[in-house]
Amino acid sequence: MSRPRTQAEYLARLVPPSVAGLRRRSLLAGAAGTGALLGTGLLAGCGSDSESGGAESKTVSLGSNQSDPKPKDVLAKVMAGFQTASGVEVAINTVDHNTFQENINNYLQGKPDDVYTWFAGYRMRFFAAKGLAGDVSDVWGKLSGYSDAFKKASTGDDGKQYFVPASYYPWAMFYRKSVWQQRGYQVPKTLDELNALGAQMKRDGLNPIAFGDKDGWPAMGTFDILNLRINGYQFHIDLMAGKEAWTSDKVKKVFDTWAGLLPLHQADSLGRTWQEAAQSLQQKKSGMYLLGLFVGQQFNDDEQDDLDFFTFPEIDPAIGAKALDAPIDGYMMARKPKSAANAKKLMEYLGSKDAADVTVKNDPNTLVANSGADVSGYTALQKKAAELVGSATEIAQFLDRDTRPDFASTVMIPALQQFIKDPKDIGGLLTSIENQKKSIFTD
Amino acid sequence: MSDLPLIQADPAVSSPAATTRKGGRGRGSRLLSRTDRVVIALMVLVPLLLVVGLVWFPALATVALSGTNWDGIGPIGEIEWVGGRNYSDVINIYPPFVPAVQNNLLWLAALFVVATPFGMFLAVLLDKEIRGSRFYQTALYLPVVLSLALIGFVWQLIYSRDQGLLNAALGTSTDWYGDPDVNIWAVLVAAGWRHVGYIMLLYLAGLKGVDPSLREAAAVDGASEATTFFKVVFPVLRPINIIVLVVTVIESLRAFDLVWVVNKGRNGLELISALVTQNVVGEASRIGFGSALATLMLAVSLVFITVYLATVMRENRK
Repeated sequence: MSRPRTQAEYLARLVPPSVAGLRRRSLLAGAAGTGALLGTGLLAGCGSDSESGGAESKTVSLGSNQSDPKPKDVLAKVMAGFQTASGVEVAINTVDHNTFQENINNYLQGKPDDVYTWFAGYRMRFFAAKGLAGDVSDVWGKLSGYSDAFKKASTGDDGKQYFVPASYYPWAMFYRKSVWQQRGYQVPKTLDELNALGAQMKRDGLNPIAFGDKDGWPAMGTFDILNLRINGYQFHIDLMAGKEAWTSDKVKKVFDTWAGLLPLHQADSLGRTWQEAAQSLQQKKSGMYLLGLFVGQQFNDDEQDDLDFFTFPEIDPAIGAKALDAPIDGYMMARKPKSAANAKKLMEYLGSKDAADVTVKNDPNTLVANSGADVSGYTALQKKAAELVGSATEIAQFLDRDTRPDFASTVMIPALQQFIKDPKDIGGLLTSIENQKKSIFTD
Repeated sequence: MSDLPLIQADPAVSSPAATTRKGGRGRGSRLLSRTDRVVIALMVLVPLLLVVGLVWFPALATVALSGTNWDGIGPIGEIEWVGGRNYSDVINIYPPFVPAVQNNLLWLAALFVVATPFGMFLAVLLDKEIRGSRFYQTALYLPVVLSLALIGFVWQLIYSRDQGLLNAALGTSTDWYGDPDVNIWAVLVAAGWRHVGYIMLLYLAGLKGVDPSLREAAAVDGASEATTFFKVVFPVLRPINIIVLVVTVIESLRAFDLVWVVNKGRNGLELISALVTQNVVGEASRIGFGSALATLMLAVSLVFITVYLATVMRENRK
């Protein structure tokens, strides 16, 4: 009996692996997983060096999680640009997005592709600290157009760089301009104004805030922003690092505030995917939606101009509203690439202005990290998003990128879903999270 | 056909009793050629290695790993031993564990009390050779052929709160997959839908094998349809009943795919198998903790396996 490894997310696009035909790589990864259980040391040890010597080969392989048609197409165009510029051929191995993430452990301990797509934050530092990532500090010496924030987000615990940022997307409250103009809504600047606006939207027959948490992770965005607004960036990062207690009054206040906002959220969120929630915004049934810039994927081309956003309003004037989630996507290099020279050449190209230019031309739902890129092709929404991130004082990566993956997926997802279905017992919930955290954050 | 007389003509095998009783062993080995012995040795060794390598070793390794906090990275020598901590964590501070055990039991009860008898009922109906029985047979068996990923997809189209068929048809807005009080039943309907077809086919095969003269005799004695089934046919189906019982237990213990497709076994759809996967597979890689869950599941399975083996062995002794 074939066991599905991914939960396809969206009805119209949902094609189970068994229908699409199990990809060869995911089968191999599964086999590698079995191998890893039996003897990881052996497997990790047999990534042979024999192929790296000899004449300089003219190929480099890239492991990609960009499995949706649009980003896949953008990636192919970027690689075509590299091939023209360097004469080195890129073999792209595309793996379903979720499958790629779920197999990352086995993938990195087996024979990963020379360069692969990954994310900044704890998720990157974790694998760098485990010795499963290639040091690209010398590539960074040749890169230009990156702010210190991006460099810091690419640096491992040992001070070396292991990551080249390519794109990022801010999280904010999205809405349709036409709906707001028609009803005369104003952008709320404080929590009280947000509550008042929500109440007005309810009277107007709208869901004030679209919400879907069937997949477990979207609610993390709500937790992040409330914690950033109530307790500030440093507390949030320390909490994610396991240094602060979940049972503290500060965290309790976050959940209390959230409980107050829950009635404004779309009901029955645990059975709804983010795509379905985004469609309720697109269909003008919901007034606003806290999500990443990728919410635009659910809008038709002619509706893109109607999409606008504001940053989540201030809750504590002492903290302000200048911090936000803006996860960075990019590339990492294998620990022992088959051809280190070609792999570094590719990393350098991926961090260059040229690669960023290709992305700007082809993808309207993301922002490029390289400030040297020609962004005249940005839509109004992209420009505004870039400004928002540019003016942010601190940038978090998102809960599941800022903390241990085992804590995020096995503790936080069930805990947040528990909170959403029963927001009353916050004390018990936080005690449970804290107990599990203590058990997980031991090393 | 042709080798039958040959064997009988062989003077070494005068009667079956001679080969099986005293002295049979010595004569038997002389009968086997070198090739035969190699073949037999291979036939024993290969499956033995497979069973040891693919069943016993992983099972024992799981039990061993359940006492560690291994995260799946690094050499085996660096694995840290934490004793029974994983087990105490599972029971004391892991909220999804208790619902998972309850859901597994509920799964077993639902399949056993509802789906299995219903499958049997359909088999009896189809056995009557009603018109279009082949069509019904195919329709009912179809879900068993489909992969569960596809079944999950089909039911998602039916159950989706905002865009699903069921809410559109009933005019309701029930959150079939999101409401933890409802979703386990919704998934059980989908699981039962598949299980019924499976059981139906097993019983259908059994019913076709029932000696018609038994039914005729019952009919001559004036027994009603129901009496004939319960007093005559059902007891004859004993071997099938045992298989169905085992299949039902196995199905409910290994239930996984459907809840995984729906929401990865969270929020009301916890199952032990899903919890194991959540912890072991993926970025999380709490292999030690996941192994502790898997070991607990193994312990539960052993109870059923022991009962089954005891029953079968008692049967053989008779």
